[in-house]
Amino acid sequence: MSTDLYAVTVLGHDRPGIIAATTAGLAELGLNIEDSTMTLLRGHFAMMLLCRGGSDAAAIERALAPLAVGGDLDVAVRPVASGPAPAAGGSAWVLTVHGGDRSGIVSAVVAEVAAAGGNITDLTTRLAGDLYLLVAELDLPVDADVAAVESAIRAAAERVGVTATLRPAEADEL
Amino acid sequence: MSPAAGSERVAAWSETELGVEGRVLDVVRAPAGVLSARGDDVDPTSADIVQLAADLVATMRVSPGCVGLAANQVGVGVRVFCVDVTEHPKTRTRHGTFVLCNAVVVASSRNERAREGCMSVPDLTGDVKRASRLTVRGRLPGTGEEVEFSTDAFEARALQHEIDHTDGLLFLDRVAGAHAIYPRQTYL
Repeated sequence: MSTDLYAVTVLGHDRPGIIAATTAGLAELGLNIEDSTMTLLRGHFAMMLLCRGGSDAAAIERALAPLAVGGDLDVAVRPVASGPAPAAGGSAWVLTVHGGDRSGIVSAVVAEVAAAGGNITDLTTRLAGDLYLLVAELDLPVDADVAAVESAIRAAAERVGVTATLRPAEADEL
Repeated sequence: MSPAAGSERVAAWSETELGVEGRVLDVVRAPAGVLSARGDDVDPTSADIVQLAADLVATMRVSPGCVGLAANQVGVGVRVFCVDVTEHPKTRTRHGTFVLCNAVVVASSRNERAREGCMSVPDLTGDVKRASRLTVRGRLPGTGEEVEFSTDAFEARALQHEIDHTDGLLFLDRVAGAHAIYPRQTYL
């Protein structure tokens, strides 16, 4: 039996029961949900699931088609390669950026992360009134000059009128 | 003054010592620049700071649920804040209402993660890890006495939140991760 991995995305108008309907369709096909994430983006439902099983993409799309009948939800199914091995070493950081909303804040700041060879592993942005907020979790390479990266991020943030804070991601080992 | 004496002195302090009537001020919201800049250290005996201390307490008192307020939250870029966690259910050690100037953290331990909000960031809350055992040092407005004292639990959290304000940091700068930020729920 094939154990291909599929990415299922569901986007659109929020209402009760979307997750229940989606997962019921996947369960009927015997698919196993691995990683998933769901949130509301300015009130819009946004979910991505990675599921594995013996169905093909067309069968998954057919199973989930009832979700999109109302025209207010968009469902997509894509095969994906099995996950790459995580990079070894490095260090984990939390980046917070906030300030007055304007275009270009995210791109200005994350460009500095990319330039340092950093990899963003989680990202949230929020617009609340005039306040724009970005919180990212990122990995920096073993040989990264963290002080230089932080300085570059702060300078980039300053150029677009916001402040940036880079802190180690702390994990309490028990 | 020993920490024990400092603790007694802070607990005995009240805004009546200031001898001036506090005024209710407007609270500024992020992204106001004053919230992201470290405040200036102050002379706690100056008339302006005594009045500001009274104003901070008065503004805190009329703000529902408010357990602390820093000067830069009312648009004044100086290192002064007030705290009163007396009524909060998570409080253990409590020192009543007090105002500290130029306060710093002397020692901290036993980090705990909890959800925080802020009058200057009214639309968001976030999970922040902070020390639950804390020793701080600062000066009282009016007399200018230096006090050092220890506290714990919610009062420790409130003190760190306010000291962060005086250093130009919001709780947003300390959230635990990308999924530790939450829109504040409003039910109509």
